[in-house]
Amino acid sequence: MEIIVTQVELPVDENLSVKKMRLIPKGVTNIEGLKRISIVTGIHGDELEGQYVCYQLSSIIQENIDQLQGIVDIYPALNPFGIDSISRGIPAFDLDMNRIFPGRIDGDMNEYIAAKIIEDVQGSDLCIDIHASNIFLTEVPQIRINQLHKDMLLGYANNANVDFIWVHGASTVLESTFAHSLNVLNTPTIVVEMGVGMRITKRYGDQLLDGIFNLMNLLSIYDDKKIRNIRKPIISDGNDDVLFLNAPVSGIFIKEKEHGSYVWKDEVIGNIVNPLSGQVLAIIQAPGNGWLFTTREYPVVSEGSLMGRILKEAVYQEVR
Amino acid sequence: MEKKILFEMTGLYRDDFRIVGYQFGTNEKSACIVGSTRGNENQQLYVCAKLIERLKSLEKQGLIKKGILVVPSVNTYSLNTKKRFWGIDNTDINRMFPGYDQGETTQRIAAGLFDNIKDYQYGMQLASFYMPGNFLPHVRVMNIADKPNQELLNLAADFGMPYVIAHQPRPYDTATLNYNWQVWDTLSFSIYTTTTDEVDHKSAMKAIDAILSFLSKQGIISYKGHEGYISKQISSQDIVTIRSKKAGFYHSFVKVGDRVYKNQVLAEVIDAFEGHVIGRVVSSDEGTILFARNESKMYANTAVFKIAPDL
Ligand SMILES: [Zn+2]
Repeated sequence: MEIIVTQVELPVDENLSVKKMRLIPKGVTNIEGLKRISIVTGIHGDELEGQYVCYQLSSIIQENIDQLQGIVDIYPALNPFGIDSISRGIPAFDLDMNRIFPGRIDGDMNEYIAAKIIEDVQGSDLCIDIHASNIFLTEVPQIRINQLHKDMLLGYANNANVDFIWVHGASTVLESTFAHSLNVLNTPTIVVEMGVGMRITKRYGDQLLDGIFNLMNLLSIYDDKKIRNIRKPIISDGNDDVLFLNAPVSGIFIKEKEHGSYVWKDEVIGNIVNPLSGQVLAIIQAPGNGWLFTTREYPVVSEGSLMGRILKEAVYQEVR
Repeated sequence: MEKKILFEMTGLYRDDFRIVGYQFGTNEKSACIVGSTRGNENQQLYVCAKLIERLKSLEKQGLIKKGILVVPSVNTYSLNTKKRFWGIDNTDINRMFPGYDQGETTQRIAAGLFDNIKDYQYGMQLASFYMPGNFLPHVRVMNIADKPNQELLNLAADFGMPYVIAHQPRPYDTATLNYNWQVWDTLSFSIYTTTTDEVDHKSAMKAIDAILSFLSKQGIISYKGHEGYISKQISSQDIVTIRSKKAGFYHSFVKVGDRVYKNQVLAEVIDAFEGHVIGRVVSSDEGTILFARNESKMYANTAVFKIAPDL
């Protein structure tokens, strides 16, 4: 059933609602004691990969409702304004929604909405927050975990069928994210980053769906009959595991290497060119051997723009 | 005076990006004033421009005793394109400090500036608020420890502005210039004037008076100006936020600096289709209006006024 999680009146003849789909086992009236998973996406309005995942999940479970043993809550659009207007943040407020959690019930409209969302998701046995990098970068399906919550989350992340788990250091700024706020409240929340902003990459969506069904099976939320080959992810747990490629000059980036490929030291990843002068301004070479798990999608770069990330060979080989 | 380039980046189709600083007096790192970091901070840019004009004249008269650096803008690109944040990735330079010279564009810009200004004894940032509206001019001091820094708060009184606010930072405040200046042992202050997008000459002149009077009290310049106010110290937690319950057009009856009383009607909310009054915004306390939103329409649960209560 569709449920309105929170609703606020807008100035001109409209209500802003954050909605969820709640799926429960057939014939069950008392849901007390049932396990619950929450699938959340759309905090950033320009990240749409999660839309496909929510659609498939909702439709597959409804077709196989007999296999459902617990509660599945699907929140496809936490930032409906953003999704409607191709805007990463909350457009009318110029605000990154992932910097206002846990929100405040007596706060501004957006803080109020954030607080109501947290109130609603809190207590789930597992929450998955699906992001799609941004419009600039493509990412292989990966989970990002704050060092602080590694013990609570790594077990789930290992079973989510992603290629990569990145355990990052704690940062004060990230304390106001949706995932951090829930993890602090002991609701395990993992952040998935995959694909690229403004697009849907079906094969990544399908890959994550396998992971979500696997997790639901392990949590006894869904009796999964399908055989799924769950990948063993590469785990990076050190700050020095990743090489960053930042643009040395402003220009137009023409990429040569597809993301997810293995690269050798000095191999050309792309060129930064000047279409006006017809010159190559910089040749971007791999600083070391490794796995190119992030690549730049958006061609315009200014000095410093991220063009890729490489997981160092040693960490990569450990798993492969 | 010496005009110098503090940081530079080559543009592709645009002129090169530059952060320009104006150095007055000696080369001693005594006081640094930073203007706009965002593309809508016209008032902050204007304050610096007029301050530079004043300092030039003081310098000619031999009244500058130590070193002063004024950086009118950290984000000329966005000022010229009328974008609030950085053009390509929409990031906020004032959320990137202390910066990282090997990082992404705005981290590099922040690092390029911070490298030049981190060793100053006194730091002043002309800051703006994240909500559109007008402010009663004030000085803000960030509490980087769990408790207010009393020494810094007392020093802030030397600006002679009506209010000194002790601000308890939220997580995202830790990447601002003001916060990081303090981490690097600079005595740092954020100065708020009335406006942001619009230039308000009167409050700009007051801010300049405040800065000059502060510099004079620290022995950096010789200046006999307006003495200003005896500042009232308050904590950001004491500030009362008045919200609209309803959404619609709103019609305000009060402005920044006005004294208001408990139960006073501050504004009316008007139905956006049918024109009748659907709600009233009422003051919960007696005090002075510090902030007033200046939009024609408002959302429900939105902060419309901030009041400094009489404690
Ligand atoms: Zn995101």
